[in-house]
Parts: sequence; C-alpha cells; structure tokens
Amino acid sequence: MRFEVKIEVSPRKGIANPEGSTIERTLPALGFKTAGDVRVGKVIRLQVEADSSAAAKTIAQDMCDRFLSNPVIEDASVEVLDT
Amino acid sequence: MSQRVGVVRFPGTNCEFDTVDAVNELGGQAKVLWHGDSDLGDVDAIVIPGGFAHGDYLRCGAIARFSPIMDSIAAFARNGGPVLGICNGFQVLTEAGLLPGALQKNIGLKFLCCMQQIQFVSTTNIVGVGARVGDLLSIPINHFEGNYVCSEDTLRQLEEENRIVFRYTDNPNGSIGDIAGISNEPGNVVGMMPHPERATSMLLGSNDGSSLIQSLLAAGPIPTA
Repeated sequence: MRFEVKIEVSPRKGIANPEGSTIERTLPALGFKTAGDVRVGKVIRLQVEADSSAAAKTIAQDMCDRFLSNPVIEDASVEVLDT
Repeated sequence: MSQRVGVVRFPGTNCEFDTVDAVNELGGQAKVLWHGDSDLGDVDAIVIPGGFAHGDYLRCGAIARFSPIMDSIAAFARNGGPVLGICNGFQVLTEAGLLPGALQKNIGLKFLCCMQQIQFVSTTNIVGVGARVGDLLSIPINHFEGNYVCSEDTLRQLEEENRIVFRYTDNPNGSIGDIAGISNEPGNVVGMMPHPERATSMLLGSNDGSSLIQSLLAAGPIPTA
C-alpha cells in the first residue's frame, strides 16, 4: 500500500531559531501580543510503499534519522496521514 | 609536503577557481576534482571549497555527502591526508560526519560578506604550520549559514582536545564559543568559515590567508592512529 507521510523538521529546543525570534518580535505590531516561543521549521511530504501504516512510519523515521534531519540542530516528527 | 592539491567541485560550487589560483600562486599544483568521480588521483591534499553544493537543498552540505568522491575523501582523511573545508566545504564536512557539530543560519539572519578578524587558538593542524597561538588574521567571510553549533559535550571535547582552530575576535554570526574553524582530533581535517583563498594578495585587502594555504602545502599527512 502507498501511504502519504508528513515529516516536520524543527529546530531543537535550546537551539537559536532566528527566523522564529524575528517573527515573534513582529507579531505584536499587528496586535498579537500573546504569542511566544515561535519556531520556524520545514515540512516534507512524501509517499511511501509499505505493508502497514506503522511500517510506513518506521521507514520515514529512518529517513529522518539518516538524512532528512540533522540531529545536532533539528528534531523530526513523522505523521502518516489518513488516506 | 602536500604540493598536489585536489579541489573538489560539486554542482553549485563556486570558489574552486579562486582556490586553484591561490594554491598555484603559492607554489602548489592544484587540480579540480569532479564530485561524481571516486578517484582522487595522486593528490597530497584536498580542499572542499565554498559555494552551494547541490544547491544546498535540504540543508547546506546535506546532499554532498552522497557524492561518490566523499567516500574517497573520508578514506583519505582516515589515512591522515590533509583535508581543508572552506565555508560550504566546512558545512559539507560536518554533514559527512568528518567534523562534529553543524552550521546554522547567522543569528542576525543576514548574509555576511565582509573582512573579519580571526585568532589562532590551535596550531596543531594542517593550517597551523608556522603559526603561533594568538596570531590575528584578517580573512573575509561570505556566508548565510556560518553560525557554528554543537552540543555542550562536543564543545567541551573540542576545547579539551585543542581542536578549536580559530575564534572570531568580534563574533559576526552567533557561533558558539566564537568558533570560526575546528579540526578533527589528529588535526588533518580542518573546517573554517572564512575564505583564506580570498586573502592572498594586498590587492584583495589582505594576504593573511596565504600562510594558511602555505601551511596546507607544507603539512603532509598527519598520523591518525
């Protein structure tokens, strides 16, 4: 079966995220004074052939660990979307 | 002596000819090596120059690690061969696991292109031949992702093993510990964000980079055992 997978790569906690900080400083100008801890990452979507949703997640997690994210500075979360 | 220098070109590399010119003018013999080849030929040293290898897609240097030449460079480094990564080359070396840590966006979110003062912290490496700890150099930087980051354990290890090669005297990009360049444990693999090949003549504003390239030419293999 083919599964649609959504991978979210985000800067690790404790690693400076200048894009997030810049957005956070800007939001109050529009009146959004309650936002905090803004962090900017990226989303990777892909399809993977696997026997089950759990297997698809394992494959995608392996991609993250070995290539799609850099564990020094990034965390990755994998979500198999309902198809 | 490391007179024959291989300068690696990936799709998107753009500093290979500056590096070739600098090496040749300083008495070495440089040749460009294509990333898709796995044969390094008869070179005595490798430079991975600046640019945007494979478009810097995904992360800077992330795709370059899969180029066929990188396995050969890793083997060359394991045998003590001198490998210098400049700017994008530094990013490639971290992504390939030849140096620890990573380089992320500059803290001010600005692309920085300016002369920068750096200071030698360690000279027991391939760019430190003839240098003294504390020496100050003016060498240009030219990067958006030059903000060096690593875990606290790695930073402690780098300091204890004397592997911080350069620190900025006025940190331009947010690098942890003001780090501008590091080496591996034996000192035969060095990564640095500043561009020594762009500081090889007073016509360019500084010739402080010449001594680093001359050091690379003089270094020779370093025992890694």
